[in-house]
Amino acid sequence: MFENLTEKLEGIFKKLKGRGRLDEENIQNALREIRMALLEADVNFRVVKDFVEEIRVRAVGQEVMDSLTPGQQVVKIVHDRLVELMGGESAQLRFGSRIPAPIMLVGLQGCGKTTTAVKLARFLIRQGKRVSLVSADVYRPAAMEQLEVLGSGIGAGVIKAAPGTDPVTICLQAVEEARSRGYEVLIMDTAGRLHIDEAMMEELRRIKEKVRPAEILFVADAMTGQEAVNVAVRFNEVLGIDGVIMTKMDGDARGGAALSLKAVMGKPIKFVGVGEKVDALEVFHPERMASRILGMGDILSLVEKAQAAVDEKAARDLERKIRKNEFTLEDFRDQLMQIRKMGSLQDILSMIPGLGKMRGLKDMMPDEGELIKVKAIIDSMTKQERRDYLIIDGERRKRIARGSGTTVQDVNRLLKSYGEMRKLMKKMTTKEGIKALKRGHIRF
Amino acid sequence: MIGLGKTGFFDRLKKGLEKTRKVLFTDIDDLILGEKKIDQALFDELEEALIRADVGPVFTMELMDRIRDQVKRKELDRADLLRKVLKDTMTAILKGCEAPLVIPPAGTFTIMVVGVNGTGKTTTIGKLAHQFRNEGLTVLVAAADTFRAAAIEQLEVWARRAAVPVIRQKINADPAAVVFDALQSAKAGATRVVLVDTAGRLHTKVNLMEELKKMRRVMAREIEGAPHEVLLVMDATTGQNGIAQAKMFKEEAGVTGICLTKLDGTAKGGVILRIAGELRIPIRYIGVGESLEDLRPFRAEEFVEALFARDGE
Ligand SMILES: Nc1nc2c(ncn2[C@@H]2O[C@H](COP(=O)(O)OP(=O)(O)OP(=O)(O)O)[C@@H](O)[C@H]2O)c(=O)[nH]1
Ligand SMILES: [Mg+2]
Repeated sequence: MFENLTEKLEGIFKKLKGRGRLDEENIQNALREIRMALLEADVNFRVVKDFVEEIRVRAVGQEVMDSLTPGQQVVKIVHDRLVELMGGESAQLRFGSRIPAPIMLVGLQGCGKTTTAVKLARFLIRQGKRVSLVSADVYRPAAMEQLEVLGSGIGAGVIKAAPGTDPVTICLQAVEEARSRGYEVLIMDTAGRLHIDEAMMEELRRIKEKVRPAEILFVADAMTGQEAVNVAVRFNEVLGIDGVIMTKMDGDARGGAALSLKAVMGKPIKFVGVGEKVDALEVFHPERMASRILGMGDILSLVEKAQAAVDEKAARDLERKIRKNEFTLEDFRDQLMQIRKMGSLQDILSMIPGLGKMRGLKDMMPDEGELIKVKAIIDSMTKQERRDYLIIDGERRKRIARGSGTTVQDVNRLLKSYGEMRKLMKKMTTKEGIKALKRGHIRF
Repeated sequence: MIGLGKTGFFDRLKKGLEKTRKVLFTDIDDLILGEKKIDQALFDELEEALIRADVGPVFTMELMDRIRDQVKRKELDRADLLRKVLKDTMTAILKGCEAPLVIPPAGTFTIMVVGVNGTGKTTTIGKLAHQFRNEGLTVLVAAADTFRAAAIEQLEVWARRAAVPVIRQKINADPAAVVFDALQSAKAGATRVVLVDTAGRLHTKVNLMEELKKMRRVMAREIEGAPHEVLLVMDATTGQNGIAQAKMFKEEAGVTGICLTKLDGTAKGGVILRIAGELRIPIRYIGVGESLEDLRPFRAEEFVEALFARDGE
């Protein structure tokens, strides 16, 4: 998609050769493409309108930089403006001076409040705070059980209400109990509700009035479309929210709602949820979100994730080896081990636009048992064999199998997939190869 | 800044219906707009309505281009008809996917319910169980969401409400094993409908999509043709990601029908139009609330009518 928008813009600016100036005329079609890209990313209609107008004003008259093509330059203007709009105010939570500091989560049904409450609790516990949780969701079946199971799993104090207690009283009593039990923070999970349900909105207003939370956070699903703004605006009208948490960001939704909410309400996006596990909560990064909205993929997260596991030098060495086709069995083994360190390969690849949907990825992901086997087999080879797999004949295969406690078939299979990986890597380093890969045409 | 929709979509649906009944084939909009000229403003207005309903920019442009062509070719020269022609085009697209679920008169009919997290799968199962029971069918639900905390307990509450039995195992059990148990039990008791609740999963997670395939294989081994229906539950507030969801769940899990939930909110679920146009997946039901009765068959006309109804109408 990044290629898409940039490529489209390149096409539009083809006539503008070399150094030139962006003017009303040549920018017109580019703005149209930008508008389509933003709408496709679910940025709110009105927000897009204002945004495109701003870009026009900014772009017209700009000289194209030496280092960039006009298309790239426009994308840069758009990207920078997105970052500016979504960034700014810090994402810090405010706890106030009361103990416990009540934090209240609100939002539509199914947006991920309960999971987020637990993730947030874990996040704060890791910062050394004593955190408790309470569910004021008396409506959804087993909502309280869900919070209890997850909450006790992370070592948070889960405060339980007597059956039949109303949500306002539940929260009030929880504050008392959290205080007497010495918790510094109380996270209140509320039932999902529609913003047009007056009675249910009134319930939230009363909780706010009685408990006076230090923070009220609106939880929004990253997949939400055009209505995101209307919903959030209503919650904000009734409650005065302090910030937003975007959930389900581990999917492939472009998440334009993030921009819309920030643009319309001016409230910061504080965290993003990136998975179902309790540790899958990250601080919000405006640059990443901007790239994502433009369909550039979450390249930065990817790089960071990879960097955490592989040191840069090793990565560069590997790249050189791949290019020179010197990728040995030793490298293959190290690669597999590193993949394991990085977490699921699939998670990583799904962050690259176009790659996420690629077929056959699962076949490339060896499971734990296989990894151990692979390691044993390669460890049983001589140095020479590892450098030059072509010398491994039938006799050598038998020996390796014996030495590693595996079978000749296992050795054959390994050598075959290594051979395929070499081929693939060679392909990957050519321009066509990368294109095909992105289109999902290469099968492993 | 942004017009706030105070009326839920379902209210609009109902009103839309009344309206069609009242004025028969004349459209109130058309009467009001009768005086209007065909001009850029009118196109803009319609385009905005589509975009705001989550129909998506590409599909919206396609629809608008068709209308523009007709105007250019002078086949369409009355502003009052413009809206109607657009609605008719949309209705025709959706009509092709208006296909209520029909349970055959004999045998065990198995329905696997899938979708991303939090769309309303478990709730929809409760509603479906209730509906089939009311039709006099025997129903059994399988708690194959063994992943999410308290998911089994949640389903049990719904099953109790609908007065149907649940087949369950412990949390973290193999969902395929739960499904196996459920189908065994259904065969033994000649149960007519089996509803399988699955854990919410993002369509981008390859291993979780594999899990669905495994469940399918187990079902197919136990009962000829099972699963007979793979129902994708989609939240109407979903934007353009809905297309990716539908595409992947169709390819990977063999989705055969869609239930669009939360239409009692203000979101209009317009992405379903693109799904109908591009993927042609039958749309079975709409969800319009949180209680047992809040399930309706999908109706193309009603849906399009409600999509264009303006706030407060
Ligand atoms: N307003 C409204 N809420 C709904 C509708 N359907 C489901 N919900 C609510 O949406 C929330 C999530 O519903 P669930 O049935 O738990 O969704 P699920 O898809 O099973 O969720 P997971 O199993 O966690 O992926 C609950 O609060 C439901 O009450 C609907 O049609 N309208
Ligand atoms: Mg569920």
